[in-house]
Amino acid sequence: MAGQPLLSARGLTRDFRGFRAVDGVDLDVAPDSVHALVGPNGAGKTTLFNLLTGFLPPSAGRIELDGRDVTGLPPERVARLGVARSFQITSLFPQLSAREHVELALASPSGLGWRFWRSAKLMRRYTDRAGELLDMVGLGELAEAPSEALPYGRKRALELAIALALDPKVLLLDEPTAGMGLEDVDRTVELVARVRQGRTVVMVEHNMSVVGRLADTVTVLQAGRVLVEGPYEQVRADERVITAYLGATDAAH
Amino acid sequence: MTSTVDTPAEAAHPARSGLVAVARAPGWVRYALLAAGLVVALWLPNGLYPAVAVDILCWALFAVAVDLLLGFTGLMSFGHAAFWGASAYVTGLVAIHVGLPFPLAVLAGALAAAVLAVPIGYLAVKRTGIYFAMVTLAFAQMVYYIANEWRSVTQGENGLQGVPRSFFGLDLTDDYYFYYAILPIVLLGLAGAWRVVHSPFGRVLVGIRDNPARARALGYPVHRYKLTVFVLSGFIAGLGGGLFAVGHRFVSLEVLHWTTSGKAVIVVVLGGIGTLWGGVLGAGLVIRLEDWLSFSGFEAIGLVTGGIFVLVVLLFRRGIWGTASALALRWWASRRR
Repeated sequence: MAGQPLLSARGLTRDFRGFRAVDGVDLDVAPDSVHALVGPNGAGKTTLFNLLTGFLPPSAGRIELDGRDVTGLPPERVARLGVARSFQITSLFPQLSAREHVELALASPSGLGWRFWRSAKLMRRYTDRAGELLDMVGLGELAEAPSEALPYGRKRALELAIALALDPKVLLLDEPTAGMGLEDVDRTVELVARVRQGRTVVMVEHNMSVVGRLADTVTVLQAGRVLVEGPYEQVRADERVITAYLGATDAAH
Repeated sequence: MTSTVDTPAEAAHPARSGLVAVARAPGWVRYALLAAGLVVALWLPNGLYPAVAVDILCWALFAVAVDLLLGFTGLMSFGHAAFWGASAYVTGLVAIHVGLPFPLAVLAGALAAAVLAVPIGYLAVKRTGIYFAMVTLAFAQMVYYIANEWRSVTQGENGLQGVPRSFFGLDLTDDYYFYYAILPIVLLGLAGAWRVVHSPFGRVLVGIRDNPARARALGYPVHRYKLTVFVLSGFIAGLGGGLFAVGHRFVSLEVLHWTTSGKAVIVVVLGGIGTLWGGVLGAGLVIRLEDWLSFSGFEAIGLVTGGIFVLVVLLFRRGIWGTASALALRWWASRRR
């Protein structure tokens, strides 16, 4: 791994009432790379995501962002430091339009949100930039629709636009193609390939073809531990990974 | 009722009609409604007993304060009597002992309510749903007992007698003139609440109401936003409570009683959660109805208001304003098609 990792974890552990969901995970995410987290259900991928973004405090271990200790910071602080995330289950503001979502994300670092004595029209200073981002994810036409009226694939695209609006150092995508049709999957892969320029992306992803097309590094998790880590081709050929994914019988062939 | 307010998400649901409806109503309709509201406000003490009209104004502020939390942040305060009542006492004490003109005494009371809202809000906003309601109720009960026990200052059960209506030598003893003296203050308070709702801050609040986790992921410190709106709400409730004290020239322990908190919630739910003006309408109807019932010698006032409340919750979950505006918008849309 070249240079210092942008995001790293050491001995990251999280217990839920005696159940250890994440167990001593070490992770180094290189700058400007796409790093995929894969593993069977219950491997601790989403818990790891929640630890890295401050949504859960770790039971043990340490997280560093760009050399700065961010362990135990609340999610809004982690977000401000440049870690943006999407959610596995689409997580939007049903009443707000797509444009308003992106405006809200764009306004977040400015402190404009505190101005309770000013007009909401001030948010219009972000309208142009919001439009650009929505065009980028293919939502330009649907900018004014309330988000609850968007079809599923478009909601996922909106999630991505919101995360990008934060102009993050690290973009964490929790299953960006989950539940999508083939066409939407292709669009999403193209989109991630485009936005990764000059950015670091960590993604949880089940679809191995997506991982193959995007990821520089793959970390395989199993039962809360790191099973294998390396480039996609190498990881795909690894016997332990095949066993974990397909079961021992298939691996014997 | 529980299904309406148990969780922030559910509390937000009836608000849907409100916020979206207000945003979508054509401009001239909104100006016409505003003009109609102002005409009614100017006419009110000519059509009702002026003392009742004064009560309606005070309760309108109280309802709007509660709706800021319930409708626009998804937090049901069941202890807002603490701010209404604390301000009533502080206003009364300042007016009696310092002899300030009544608007300044009311301002002092409202500021005291806002200060009181800081520690209560700080502890309460860490909870949501029914737990938030219980924490606010518990603190309001504490304030009630302090006021009851601290007799040397509050006169306990006797209450504060003889709160003056001093205003630069003008004679405001007649409720009719007093109504017009407080009307600008009330309108300022209502305009302030409207501004909060239609500000960048209000936009963030709606986001927090609908999806707090997402708001945090965008970098918004949810607790601090909730605390800020809680304090603003305490201030506006305090404005209403202070004016109420001067209006009645008397402060009794009832202003801090939990039934006062409950009545504020009822007024908002009747009028329409998350509609802002619904609370004003609800205040008008409830105060008018209570006055009418008590005047006609009816004893069980709570039975009637409670019954109407149950009916509205069952039949019109969006409240009077919310239902009316949804119907009006549907009619408007069908006509255009």
